[in-house]
Amino acid sequence: MAKAKGAIVVDTVKCKGCGVCTTVCPTKVIELATEVNGKGYHYAYMANPDACIGCSNCGIICPDTCITVYRAKAGATA
Amino acid sequence: MSDINTIIKPENIVYKRTDVLSDNDLSYCPGCGHGTVHKLIAEVIEEMGIQDTTIGIAPVGCSVLAYNYLEIDWQQAAHGRAPALATAVKRLMPEKNVFSYQGDGDLAAIGTAETIHACNRGENIVMIFINNGIYGMTGGQMAPTTLPGMAASTCPHGRDVSHDGEPIKISEILAQLPGTCYVTRQSVHTAGNVRKTKKALRKAFENQAANKGTSLVEVVSNCNSGWKMTPIKSNEWMEENMFPYYPLGDIKNEE
Repeated sequence: MAKAKGAIVVDTVKCKGCGVCTTVCPTKVIELATEVNGKGYHYAYMANPDACIGCSNCGIICPDTCITVYRAKAGATA
Repeated sequence: MSDINTIIKPENIVYKRTDVLSDNDLSYCPGCGHGTVHKLIAEVIEEMGIQDTTIGIAPVGCSVLAYNYLEIDWQQAAHGRAPALATAVKRLMPEKNVFSYQGDGDLAAIGTAETIHACNRGENIVMIFINNGIYGMTGGQMAPTTLPGMAASTCPHGRDVSHDGEPIKISEILAQLPGTCYVTRQSVHTAGNVRKTKKALRKAFENQAANKGTSLVEVVSNCNSGWKMTPIKSNEWMEENMFPYYPLGDIKNEE
């Protein structure tokens, strides 16, 4: 598998739980948590971290810009 | 799972928040397109290296507090008068990059005269127009851009075109004026559209740097609170209902 491995870090304090990131993720990595943050929103989290390819779709569409995206080549993380 | 911590390292960052955005929390509703467009403007400003020379004109509407969110210089105009204020700023300081940021109630209703005349004079400014077909900030009243049959708080049974007229396509009107060099309509509801909108914004700022005239970037956006839908549902509704009336793409692009 030469696919890139990715990961996201969500700023759960800023996240408003709109869920737009869940619709643009091509590998269905992101879901909304059952827990809520300080504002009462169900924040986004990586429910399926192994599938993330680091495409940054979620980062660029997030209206509150609270997602940081990381990507490493598959070999580098073995 | 053990992979994750080996991936999350500074050298592997492919997308992060730009420093042109301030740390303040946006006051917009969850899922609102305003936040995405703010971010794109900030990224374009960062990429072009024009943070010190850019002046934004904030409107009246939800985005009245835009000056809290981008670390650039701002002015805030009376309702609808952003193009007039942008004209003044650009004429006094032609070396600055000036843009107005307006909603449909501001640009296409209350400020129609200022909008049309600024474009007709070909003022060398960028106008960013967020069209969500409703007055979002004041409680979801009908706007000139509200779709036929679309319910709003002042037309709860839907817009009746025999009484209220057809929705105004202001971008098509402005494209006919000789002063505009670039008129485009974009959206920010999918990742691909966000990337296209960013390119359009970049082109608009480059047109200004090249003294080409007025550039207008319309962004068809959602208003999930005003439309009374979830953010995801409102994006679907926008695709099904807004885009047939407000088709995406370049309306005018003078080289």
